[in-house]
Amino acid sequence: MTADKASIAEAVSLVVPSHPKYLYVVRSALYPIVVAAGFTKRDARKIILAVDEACSNIIKHAYGGDTTKTITVTVEDGAERFTVKLRDVGRKPDVSTIAPRDLGDVRPGGLGTHFMASAFDQVDYDTHLDQGTLLTLVRNKTKVKA
Amino acid sequence: MNVEVVTKNIDAGIMMLVSGDVDMNTSPTVRNSLGEVFKQGGVRVLLIDLSGVRYIDSSGIATLVEAMQNCMKKGMRLRLIELSPSVHDVFELARLASVFEIFATQNDAVAGL
Repeated sequence: MTADKASIAEAVSLVVPSHPKYLYVVRSALYPIVVAAGFTKRDARKIILAVDEACSNIIKHAYGGDTTKTITVTVEDGAERFTVKLRDVGRKPDVSTIAPRDLGDVRPGGLGTHFMASAFDQVDYDTHLDQGTLLTLVRNKTKVKA
Repeated sequence: MNVEVVTKNIDAGIMMLVSGDVDMNTSPTVRNSLGEVFKQGGVRVLLIDLSGVRYIDSSGIATLVEAMQNCMKKGMRLRLIELSPSVHDVFELARLASVFEIFATQNDAVAGL
């Protein structure tokens, strides 16, 4: 039996310390992968911003600023979907409280969730692991996201 | 990636030139520089030139929103200068492009002050 080559996603993983200085490393590693996946430069920037925000949230909320932990970023480029998975072993979020805020209310903070929802079609927090959270961000490649 | 902030006095007020990536790691540097400006009395206008900023995230945006709120409290005028396409996209995404006074060049920003 021959596997459908187009359905096999290529995966790249990167493990970075939970220090904000490594956000730049994640962005730099991701950019060529996202562009090679076929996204426009503008969409690639939105996707990278969203992943950067997700990593920042892990550092701030899951690890409470502890810079000695790790974040594992796995990127899967499939024919139909582009997926970014972020794994931490920190405090689990209360998923019921995570929602984009009203952008009409001009105030500092709270934009990260909005950026993630803008760049990706699915944002899923798996908190049923022994430790930490697996955040899965999925962007469909077969339709244009507004 | 570091951020560099240069602050100088100009006829209209204070010009702050920011360059590099403004993210969770570097936005405290920008915030501290802004704090020094707000400690000064008698500043009428704050111009922030972002032409050297390649990337900004929500913490950078939050820093600028705080600056805008501080300016409003102190009766100062805040103008942003030369947003790169990537930075402008983030302002659009956050629906803040119409909230700030944004100018294409330093000359445009100081005109009429």
